[in-house]
Amino acid sequence: MAAELSGILTWIEQLGEVDTEGVAPMTSVVGHALHHREDKVTDGDRRDDVLANAPETTDGYFVVPKVVE
Amino acid sequence: MSSGLTDLTLAEARDKLRAREISVQELTEAHLNAIESAKALNAFVVETADRAHADAAQSDSRLAKGEGGLLEGIPVAIKDLFCTEGIASTAGSHILNGFRPTYESTVSANMWREGAVMLGKTNMDEFAMGSSNETSHYGPVRNPWRADGDNRDLVPGGSSGGSAAAVAASLCLGATGTDTGGSIRQPAAFTGTVGLKPTYGRCSRWGIVAFASSLDQAGPMTRTVRDSAIMLRAMAGHDQKDSTSVDVAVPDYEAALDRSVKGLRIGVPAEYRIDGTPAEIAALWDQGIAWLKDAGAEIVEVSLPHTKYALPAYYIVAPAEASSNLARYDGVRYGFREDRDDLTEMYEATRAAGFGAEVKRRVLIGTYVLSAGYYDAYYLQAQKVRTLIADDFKKTWDRVDALLTPTTPESAFGIGEKSDDPVAMYLNDILTVPANMAGLPALSVPAGLSARGLPLGLQVVGRAFDEETVLQVGASLERAAGFDHRPMPWWRDQA
Amino acid sequence: MSGVIQGATGPWEMVIGLEVHAQVSSDSKLFSGAATAFGAAPNTQVSLVDAAMPGMLPVINKVCVEQAVRTGLGLKAKINLHSVFDRKNYFYPDLPQGYQISQYLQPVVGAGTLVLDMEDGSSRAIGITRLHLEQDAGKSVHDMHPDRTYVDLNRSGVALMEIVSEPDLRSPEEAGAYLRKMRSILRYLGTCDGNMEEGSMRADVNVSVRRPGDDYGTRCEIKNVNSVRFVQQAIEVEAQRQVDILEDGGEILQETRLFDSRKNETRSMRSKEEAHDYRYFPDPDLLPLEFEQAWVDEIAASLPELPDDRKARFIDELGLSPYDAGVLVAEKEVADYFETAASGRDPKVAANWITGDLFGALNKAGLEVANSPVAATDLGALIDLIADDTISGRIAKDVFEDMFKSGRAPGEIVEEKGLRQVTDSGAIEAIVDSVLGANQDKVEEYRGGKEKLLGFFVGQVMKQSQGKANPKIVNDLLKQKLGQPEA
Repeated sequence: MAAELSGILTWIEQLGEVDTEGVAPMTSVVGHALHHREDKVTDGDRRDDVLANAPETTDGYFVVPKVVE
Repeated sequence: MSSGLTDLTLAEARDKLRAREISVQELTEAHLNAIESAKALNAFVVETADRAHADAAQSDSRLAKGEGGLLEGIPVAIKDLFCTEGIASTAGSHILNGFRPTYESTVSANMWREGAVMLGKTNMDEFAMGSSNETSHYGPVRNPWRADGDNRDLVPGGSSGGSAAAVAASLCLGATGTDTGGSIRQPAAFTGTVGLKPTYGRCSRWGIVAFASSLDQAGPMTRTVRDSAIMLRAMAGHDQKDSTSVDVAVPDYEAALDRSVKGLRIGVPAEYRIDGTPAEIAALWDQGIAWLKDAGAEIVEVSLPHTKYALPAYYIVAPAEASSNLARYDGVRYGFREDRDDLTEMYEATRAAGFGAEVKRRVLIGTYVLSAGYYDAYYLQAQKVRTLIADDFKKTWDRVDALLTPTTPESAFGIGEKSDDPVAMYLNDILTVPANMAGLPALSVPAGLSARGLPLGLQVVGRAFDEETVLQVGASLERAAGFDHRPMPWWRDQA
Repeated sequence: MSGVIQGATGPWEMVIGLEVHAQVSSDSKLFSGAATAFGAAPNTQVSLVDAAMPGMLPVINKVCVEQAVRTGLGLKAKINLHSVFDRKNYFYPDLPQGYQISQYLQPVVGAGTLVLDMEDGSSRAIGITRLHLEQDAGKSVHDMHPDRTYVDLNRSGVALMEIVSEPDLRSPEEAGAYLRKMRSILRYLGTCDGNMEEGSMRADVNVSVRRPGDDYGTRCEIKNVNSVRFVQQAIEVEAQRQVDILEDGGEILQETRLFDSRKNETRSMRSKEEAHDYRYFPDPDLLPLEFEQAWVDEIAASLPELPDDRKARFIDELGLSPYDAGVLVAEKEVADYFETAASGRDPKVAANWITGDLFGALNKAGLEVANSPVAATDLGALIDLIADDTISGRIAKDVFEDMFKSGRAPGEIVEEKGLRQVTDSGAIEAIVDSVLGANQDKVEEYRGGKEKLLGFFVGQVMKQSQGKANPKIVNDLLKQKLGQPEA
């Protein structure tokens, strides 16, 4: 893995050749404005869907192992 | 009779269904049988025969009443990257093992609303990361095509390899794919089919497992350009649930196909002539230029100077976005979990066992290029180069209406042939990636066979939201090429 | 709670900065349509977006943006017409996406000011560095099972405003004043309910110490302190901890710590947010946030009168003392109550009734002004009854008590209980004569020089009149009839 990663990184380094002085980084390919939502409750109240695929649940909670200090 | 039904194009089937010459049920049955006999291709990860029959019954009754949507009764396959309600959706990965979404992606929902019939989910590179469909947890897909006199298994391309193989082997009338760096177009070229990547924002990404958010785009994979136009119209449209989805009306793409290319200006970008690519690729390109010229188009030499940097920039931006998009696969709320007594160990073990090698490589690269101290030199630089690439295209639209290039630098290679060298694998995308980086529509059309009898494709790239011109030029190439080759069905009834 | 610690080697000055996380008052979340109300059953206010299911995407709630702009204007801050949402990447079960959508380099609000009202009446301006919008995380519950953690994502995705102060605070007292003022402003604006017990307002406290005049020392961040009192305690113990280390010749390790209120100490946090590198990058699922100055101006025009301006008006126009004005404007509900009760009356009288009797009764009953049994208009009516001599001040206290218990208007109570003040001099004179007549011995004593007995006579007259005699008339008549005591 390490050798492969190294190879990939060396290859992408050629990007440093490009003169990007004064060029703005691309912030979005589309040219339109950010679409808004109204402040209405239109979602939630679907616990069964939310928990349907969980490996472990109890009493409506997701369950995970504790962080062992 | 059943093989006759699977030889129809989507457009022909649509017309026959409307005329009630054939029923949806028999059309569907024919395709389910074909799928059954094609297990050797490993194109499908889930077959939904019961659902297909139920869809077909409803569709037949609608058609009997003279009703029906744009894809009424058309049996289609869905790439496993799309979340399909109640049906396993794994993105080709072990980490989504057993995941059954309680929701449907917008694009597939659009297709069901238009009356399409679901045949199943197709195999793909894991998390759409790959150009050969060899990174799937569910095994590689075999290209229905084989080289002359050679029975080695070939790759169908990727990441939408299963969809491409299914279309090429006539297992469905159309299939959805996604294209982030070429994942629709390159497999289309390798399998002699038509693959379209629409403009970024044309189709909704909601419900499609995200790989690289600023690049991913759903699109149709079909056997003809007309079929592609029909399918795109059903798939596309603004979605309020996707903030990157664009509110632009969806035209009747099919209506654009019969327009003549007379007077259109077709650009031929010098930088797409790559050293070391087989001569037949260049020859096919020249042939395509000649076809369009004969049809009355004006050919213009153009230059897109930053082309060669598109691929390395892509392999910075895409992994960066992916490393973040894949952070949610942690074994907590869905999918595979490798349980441990400690939370951190659980995360690490789950992701180590759940992700394949290519995904891990890209997540590591992505994490690296976003990390403090490297962000400016890598990620920020790549996004600046991206602006330059997009500007290169913008400038050419003053002089041309579309661009013509080859789709891939070579034809389909053998399974296992490039597995050892990631960069060699990445170079497959060299001609397709620039269109993703600029968010532009691009189409691959089968144009001829290589010396060894394998399909080769030509690519048309167009202005943003001008899929009509792209399809129009594609249709012209298709007419001129007269590509009616089909793969020999070596796969029938061989598990 | 001074900000200076006298160490063995000399004085150390505290340097404090506060990062307040304020939950935006909105019906739905920042990027999803799920509800934000407190106290729902676990995972019932969670959308597929909040649960970070595969393929889910964020869509911004415009009211949350408006609330952030409104808050920025209330803090006299620069509003940025162009800002960017970035992903802050780290792993934790209550962060389902594996990243938080936040704002890093280009926040929606820039530099502003908050004015502290100190106990001694002085003011001090504290710099606000910035305000940005971000998603709240869910809740991890660690104490329901010995080796499992339970996760509730109801709070995941609720809009937060992170408001960062300059390190301008110099004592626990100032930190307390800052939080109280911030809470007040947020509640005035209606952008956050400031309820620290419910967690809708939390503070991360940055503490360092230095010799007066020196550069800033290394700071530690104490995370998620959820009451003003704990913030003050945490600052005290943390500053002392740092002083102890430095005086021993050690160095302060820059780290994140937690305040343990039971042990009254801070301790180092491990793992969780020790991710040293969040790998911020602009969220590719969103576009830059942009809006017009005209929209900002509309919001500015709709702002209510803020505490500082209201306090100035109470002082200048209503003649209140800075102290009283400060007390009354701290909570918008109180200030509104006061203005209603004081309308057309002596403001100082109204102020005294509110800060004295009303607050006393409310505290005892565990109530807020918002649910005061005594309506502001009724308190005003009570003041009128005193002013026009209908009842005495003494009787008014009893009427108020009844009003508080019953919620009834004062007029009704006075009539029903027959508490009208007796101002008829003739009637009072009759009682005075009666009292003097019954206490001739004391009258002689008074005339002999025992001036203090006036109080006794007043008391007797009041008793005989069931407290209803007008005290002034009683006093005047008594003095008239008793005459001057002989020197």
